[in-house]
Amino acid sequence: MSFEHRGAWIQLAVTIGAYATYLTLLVRRADGAPLSATPYGDLIAWMIGGSIVVGVVLTIIIGMFGGERARRTDVRDRAINRLSDQVGASFIIIGAVAAMILAILEVEHFWIANAILVGFVASGILSSIARIVMHRTGVPSW
Amino acid sequence: MVKPTRVTNRIRALRDEHGDMTQGQLADALGVTRQTVNAIEQGKYSPSLEVAFQIARVFGVGLDDVFQYPDGA
Repeated sequence: MSFEHRGAWIQLAVTIGAYATYLTLLVRRADGAPLSATPYGDLIAWMIGGSIVVGVVLTIIIGMFGGERARRTDVRDRAINRLSDQVGASFIIIGAVAAMILAILEVEHFWIANAILVGFVASGILSSIARIVMHRTGVPSW
Repeated sequence: MVKPTRVTNRIRALRDEHGDMTQGQLADALGVTRQTVNAIEQGKYSPSLEVAFQIARVFGVGLDDVFQYPDGA
């Protein structure tokens, strides 16, 4: 498994783990009250900041093993990253459009922020799945 | 399912002819990952023109001796 392939697995695990942690802490904090009335800003900030830090640390750790050959990336890795980023970008747009519609409808800020967050999470999950699939099965040659 | 490329290659045979060169050794010579050499060999990835020329140079042959494209494709 190449460095970039392992990186895709890390991105997938960190994204799912961070969002699951956010939801767990949010529900626990709400303690039966409506979610939209629960403070959420700090949780989102910690989730995004924490997932970046954990992702970087795990990537550094896997890069420490196997020498230069194990850390090598090449033109195929860059092609896979470019294509998977395109897959992920569509979900950021969907999240942004959903947030815009919610804002037009004057829905509570909580739901607007979380619509954007879900877009980020879906983007992260689907782009990493796309990377894993392309590393395993091949790069489309259209 | 990713459609395989119609470009075929003789990389496996050329590696055998060059002292049973491993995919890792070829990857080191090209500066790419072993997984990329494997993907090219299996037809799962079409290399860039530059990498294709580098592969031919490593084996000391012409591009046509490494890669083939079927007539009428």
